[in-house]
Amino acid sequence: MTAQPMPLTRSARKGRRELKNAVATGLIVASFVIALIPLTLIVVYVIQAGASVFNLGFLTEDLPFSNRREGGGIYPAIIGTLVITGTATAMAVPLGILGGIYLNEYGGRSPLARFIRFLSEVMTGVPSIVMGLFIYTIWVLPRKQSGLSGFAGALALGCLMLPIVIRTSEEILKVVPDELREGSYALGTRKAQTIRRVVFPSAAPGIISGALLGVARVAGETAPLLFTIGIVSTANFNVFDGPNTALPQQIYINAGTFGGFPAAQDRAWGAALALILLVFLFTLVARIITAIYTRRSSAV
Amino acid sequence: MTDTAIAATRFGPVTTTRGESVAKRPDEASPGEPAPDEQPARAREIVFQLSDVEVRYSGVTAVQDVTVDIAANEITAFIGPSGCGKTTVLRSLNRMHDITPGAEVLGKVTYHGQDLYSSKVDPAEVRRRIGMVFQKPNPFPKSVYDNVAYGPRINGTKRSEVEERVKKALTQAALWDEVNGKLRTSALSLSGGQQQRLCIARCLAVEPDVILMDEPCSALDPIATARIEDLMDDLKNDYTIVIVTHNMQQAARVSDRTAFFTAEVDDAGHRRGRLIEYDVTETIFTHPSDPRTEGYITGRFG
Amino acid sequence: MATDAPALPKSFTKGSRPPGIIADRAFRIIALLAALMVLVILGLIAVSTTREALPWFREEGLGIFTDTWDPSKNSFGALGLIYGTLLVSGIAVVLSLPISIGIALFVTDVAPRRLRRPIVYTVDLLAAIPSVVYGLWALLVLAPPLANLFETVSDATAGIPVLKTVFGNPSASGKSFMTAGIIVAIMITPIITSITREVFATVPSSQKEAALALGATRWEMIRGAVFPHSRSGMVAGTMIGLGRAMGETIAVALVIGSSQRVTANILGPGDTLASVIANQFGEASGTHRAALIGCGVVLFVITILISMAARTVVTRTDRRSAGTA
Repeated sequence: MTAQPMPLTRSARKGRRELKNAVATGLIVASFVIALIPLTLIVVYVIQAGASVFNLGFLTEDLPFSNRREGGGIYPAIIGTLVITGTATAMAVPLGILGGIYLNEYGGRSPLARFIRFLSEVMTGVPSIVMGLFIYTIWVLPRKQSGLSGFAGALALGCLMLPIVIRTSEEILKVVPDELREGSYALGTRKAQTIRRVVFPSAAPGIISGALLGVARVAGETAPLLFTIGIVSTANFNVFDGPNTALPQQIYINAGTFGGFPAAQDRAWGAALALILLVFLFTLVARIITAIYTRRSSAV
Repeated sequence: MTDTAIAATRFGPVTTTRGESVAKRPDEASPGEPAPDEQPARAREIVFQLSDVEVRYSGVTAVQDVTVDIAANEITAFIGPSGCGKTTVLRSLNRMHDITPGAEVLGKVTYHGQDLYSSKVDPAEVRRRIGMVFQKPNPFPKSVYDNVAYGPRINGTKRSEVEERVKKALTQAALWDEVNGKLRTSALSLSGGQQQRLCIARCLAVEPDVILMDEPCSALDPIATARIEDLMDDLKNDYTIVIVTHNMQQAARVSDRTAFFTAEVDDAGHRRGRLIEYDVTETIFTHPSDPRTEGYITGRFG
Repeated sequence: MATDAPALPKSFTKGSRPPGIIADRAFRIIALLAALMVLVILGLIAVSTTREALPWFREEGLGIFTDTWDPSKNSFGALGLIYGTLLVSGIAVVLSLPISIGIALFVTDVAPRRLRRPIVYTVDLLAAIPSVVYGLWALLVLAPPLANLFETVSDATAGIPVLKTVFGNPSASGKSFMTAGIIVAIMITPIITSITREVFATVPSSQKEAALALGATRWEMIRGAVFPHSRSGMVAGTMIGLGRAMGETIAVALVIGSSQRVTANILGPGDTLASVIANQFGEASGTHRAALIGCGVVLFVITILISMAARTVVTRTDRRSAGTA
């Protein structure tokens, strides 16, 4: 009995399947393109609108007294962002790294460690405005007028950063091979010394990179600053002394309250460009560190 | 050549417990060493004394009934098929089980007469005096120099002394000539055999009393292996060495005494390791007392 | 070492204090305290915000769930705000989910391997843009043309029964639930994409190859091997995206318009729990302020519940797939 061999050409039924496949593939590619659209639009617009305002004066002069008016610069906001974010980083990163060390090196799978991991995950989901309200109620309110300061804002930003740093630190530490720890213990080294001299140096690039990404994220936050730092129009380098301002806050004020005025709009775009440059810089440095680190550890 | 034939070249033909010759002599010229080594006349100084030692992981017995004396300036080999507890027993000698969650060491382990597991004993100090070299070389991702200097620095050795110790350790580990001049390069750039010798140097730098080796050559090629075996022969003059190996030829070549372990499956289906026989290496390989030992070394199983 | 029995040094036994043991224990305690900060902070957040919000709970009682938010009449029913939060997040998730899944599929199964990393980096750049910049752009660039679009849609559906209420009177400035929903959709896409992508990457290639070897088209392979394996991961990712959407404050505050009543008109202005705080806190006092803080408490509780739910979904799948592994 001779059966007709199945032709390798397309049959009608197969054609329909091919069509579905093509449509699906098309939609999938389209979704990527759709995602790119807002990204390019926003970045391009910010660069265009912001660059037209950018000049040395813009970056070095103080804010004008009235946002409706032209002129002045965002220098105080740049300083504010740097000192407030810097203070927040100085508080949250060491604490976060220590927390991550506890979770991976000491806690392991104990109930307490699992609980803390869960809480840390919950904490990453807390909206930034709630953090702002929190610091407002426990730090700003009790101090009445003197409560508003860069430091209060730094506390709020620090609370946002902490769980991020804990999570990334723990993940990086997990990757350090146990053989290194064993090798150190076998030489009579105690646990804390082993962590300090072997585990942490191995993990440092990854942890730093993770911390920088956390800084980038937090530098752009507005809500936590709204009720904690007050507002100023001249640069304040002292986080502990009196109100301050920051780039995200200036963008918000100029876009929101004064959004109708072209001068304010320009200022907002300029500040947005400055903020994006700052954030992208941190992200880029973080990625470079990761790239060097992975290249070095695989080049044996 | 079968393993028994190789053993036979060192010790003469293997006889069974009933005294029958089992090994085939090779057709070539008669084997090299004419007679087994004479036992040294001095008394054996005991370093470790294990009595009825049992190790459990999360309540399940991994190895039991281990009673053995390990003497100074000897190389003692633990041999046996996989899963019979050799490494487990080795790690109980430097309290490495302390860092394994769920591991319990029962029975008595003494070191120079002192109960190793007494609560008064500092585990870190234990490990300073009883060093360990692992199966897979595990140098730190630091320079060659910093790897060897790690131990002395931790112990607070003065900086001037550290350099001497590093050089001495690297020389003892037969690595000095190869790394002198690239002490600051990364340890990870060395070959596998060099890395393992580096780990040995690292261990020697803290001036231990005992060196435990957990299958130190299993990740290395034969040439690197041979170098390390030569090294062990030199080291035993100054240190006590206990080596776990699944390579019988190696045990036959390097060790003075050998302990044979095997695994049994009990009624519940659990694998348990057990020490079967412990004797002078020559005896183990030529006329072992236990049929299981004989079965292993003649290659009938394992 | 000499062959005579070495005397064991005093440091062998712990005695009074072996070197370094105090520092060792101290370090452990410091690390533990650092980790416990998370617990302390979360606890403080819960306690302090609830305490400040008590006046609101006491005055309104169950009235906080009514649709009567009016500072001038000192009445603060938050139903409209809860509704607004759900509506904006709902719109955002509905818009973002198919796009995010599409991008994740693109990266894992469609795009050539070399392009994977650059694409992932690009999408992550979306995540790096601060919320306030999204808001600024949405307000000044997106809203005006959308206002025109809304006019058209509203006019077009003027006669159709259900649609005419949903696409009712559009806000002239473009500030509306819909605009807020769109910008939040863009903002949560990177996180949903990232989670979904990770889930898709765990599909064993053996299963994918098996499907292809049977003659399946790529789409059929995705439907047959990738989706079933990833179902709960996608659910978890959606929940996390939903949580983020609900907490989004600044971008929403800039484009939602500020109206605290429940309305079906998605083209009209509204407000959410988060954005009302940003918009009204500056001048609020007394019960008004307590009510705003209370909105923060409600938001806090909702996001915790969503976090926990997402986690349960993940652990339940891990347990299930561990059994089948």
